[in-house]
Amino acid sequence: MAIRERMSGNEAMAVAMKQINPDVVAAFPITPSTEVPQYFSNFVADGVVDTEFVAVESEHSAMSACVGAQAAGGRAMTATSANGLALMWEILYIAACSRLPIVMACVNRTLSGPLNIHNDHSDSMGARDSGWVQLYSENNQEAYDNMLMANRIGEHPDVMLPVMVCQDGFITSHAIENIELVEDDKVKAFVGEYNPKDYLLNKANPISVGPLDLQAHCFEHKRQQAEAMKNAKKVILEVSEEFAKMTGRKYGLFEEYKTEDAEVAVVILNSTAGTAKYVIDQYRAEGKKIGLIKPRVFRPFPVDELTAALSKFKAVAVMDKADSFNDAGGPLFTEVTSAMFAKGVFGPKVINYIYGLGGRDVRSTDIEVVFNELLKIAETGTVESVYNYLGVRE
Amino acid sequence: MSCKKELKTVTPDVKWKDITEGGVIPYAGNAELFKTGDWRSMKPIWLQEKCKQCLLCYPVCPDTSILINEEGKRIDFDFDHCKGCGVCVKVCPFKAIDFVEESK
Amino acid sequence: MGKVVEIRWHGRGGQGAKTASLLLADAAFNTGKYIQGFPEYGPERMGAPITAYNRISDERLTIHSNIYEPDYVVVVDDTLIATVDVTAGLKEDGAIIVNTTKTPDEVKPFLKGYKGKVCTIDARTISVDTLGKYFPNTPMLGAVVKVSGVMDEKTFLNDMVESFKHKFAKKPEVVEGNIKALERSMQEVKGI
Repeated sequence: MAIRERMSGNEAMAVAMKQINPDVVAAFPITPSTEVPQYFSNFVADGVVDTEFVAVESEHSAMSACVGAQAAGGRAMTATSANGLALMWEILYIAACSRLPIVMACVNRTLSGPLNIHNDHSDSMGARDSGWVQLYSENNQEAYDNMLMANRIGEHPDVMLPVMVCQDGFITSHAIENIELVEDDKVKAFVGEYNPKDYLLNKANPISVGPLDLQAHCFEHKRQQAEAMKNAKKVILEVSEEFAKMTGRKYGLFEEYKTEDAEVAVVILNSTAGTAKYVIDQYRAEGKKIGLIKPRVFRPFPVDELTAALSKFKAVAVMDKADSFNDAGGPLFTEVTSAMFAKGVFGPKVINYIYGLGGRDVRSTDIEVVFNELLKIAETGTVESVYNYLGVRE
Repeated sequence: MSCKKELKTVTPDVKWKDITEGGVIPYAGNAELFKTGDWRSMKPIWLQEKCKQCLLCYPVCPDTSILINEEGKRIDFDFDHCKGCGVCVKVCPFKAIDFVEESK
Repeated sequence: MGKVVEIRWHGRGGQGAKTASLLLADAAFNTGKYIQGFPEYGPERMGAPITAYNRISDERLTIHSNIYEPDYVVVVDDTLIATVDVTAGLKEDGAIIVNTTKTPDEVKPFLKGYKGKVCTIDARTISVDTLGKYFPNTPMLGAVVKVSGVMDEKTFLNDMVESFKHKFAKKPEVVEGNIKALERSMQEVKGI
């Protein structure tokens, strides 16, 4: 029997970490992810986990400590947001290239400036090419579930990559909502032990990690890393299937909501996907054929599956909670459209909305604007503007 | 010896599928296989008759190129790895190490 | 789609409006509802006006935005009425509940022509009488449950006994006072 509970997204992630019981957690507080290590350090103080909690002096050190701990053969976890993630930047790449399956709770917050503590996706979107697997979460439940699956995905021998689990700062991280928890013993059995092939503290076979790697071999290592990310897709699906058997909660590469007969659809990450579902239910009651695609896995990017799913629509709006400042479209939009081009999917008209920057609240009426525009495009076949802003004062 | 396996894994023409993950060097002690002796322009000469076996030279060598025998006495240099830095020459209190140009 | 009850809380930083909204979420959760409880974070200073929200529903909630057309508004500090537009978007068939010593008729003129139900509760007196100190949360919680009818009163009170016993395991002497505060506020709230 699942445990019926209510808690915030941050507490849910911390509880997942408690149940995973990692060897090391190294973290530095930053709003809105602070509560994750805060709750976790209580678990350490109460003796309910065996974890070594490293209170470091910066996020750069937090990620460095995780790299050291994971290379030594332990399971390391951390949590951060925005500028904290930015300060980890160089070590993010080192964690990924060194093939260290560290797990991070990334509570999305806008990357300053202007100075702002609220939610958008400019932090994790900036880290999209760092070589980390990225999972996105609509609510506290998904943040918890993704955390429980993250170790299994990252530590798989065919993957061996770090995993970032993202949820929206404040919107879900600080909102109390219903959640179903999995029992401790079930989590323990599901997550299992971490048994790396090579690790620093293995005295039977000492190794060196992170050596100088120049023209002769560096490219081969990068190519290998790319293959690991490719393998991650299959592993994510396998782990998710096993998770569904345990909990009944099904996860894929992305969620399709009422898309079966939909003529138009929006593509949205994280909490706003929930608001879109609310609008879809209302519009469906009026007979409007609309749906949602909510990517869960952004890295690896599910090119084949996503383009196949999008090909059936007349019009699609890709929603970005981060701007690329490139006069071309946000990161999700440019990836979706380039994937469609590469796969020869030219049917749907695709537009982009930049929305919710710096925590601007996204109201159901904002989403209605998007669907109204899509329905108009589906009817007329004409796109007036590809790259748009939603909810900004004009 | 595990070093031989290492040579096989990281060769100049190793393909990406065969190289170790993340550049990990999985076999200890393989620096021995990397011969640096040909970097040398100056060469230390051990003068056995002047050497008092004080071993002050041994810890300052950056490359463990001063070899020690089973009785704990220093013997001649490991010229496969000695880069000719001359630190041992400076540190020797008995002028028991000469320093000459490599070509001679 | 089932009826969703939406509540907006106005308070000042440090007064516990956020905690009160979380208490309400907790109470509704305990009676089997789907709930959301979330504050709107601002400068986070003691005394600064803050807003918190609740959604309570029989069905799973997916919407993740602030509340603009609440069914109920709870004002934890009546001095806010002068500076904050507390009735903005408030549904006319809903109600506003103000913590004040004044009567609903005395408060009404300050509510920018709001035509719906105006309720008042003297949370200070109730709190001081039952708890010995000024903790407006518990009386406000009782008042909002009574006015909104969002859950069965008896079930709510029974759940709260258990909840307080758990929360104050180390201070059992305050459980009775808190329950009294709930009961009194449910009886004394004016304007229903």
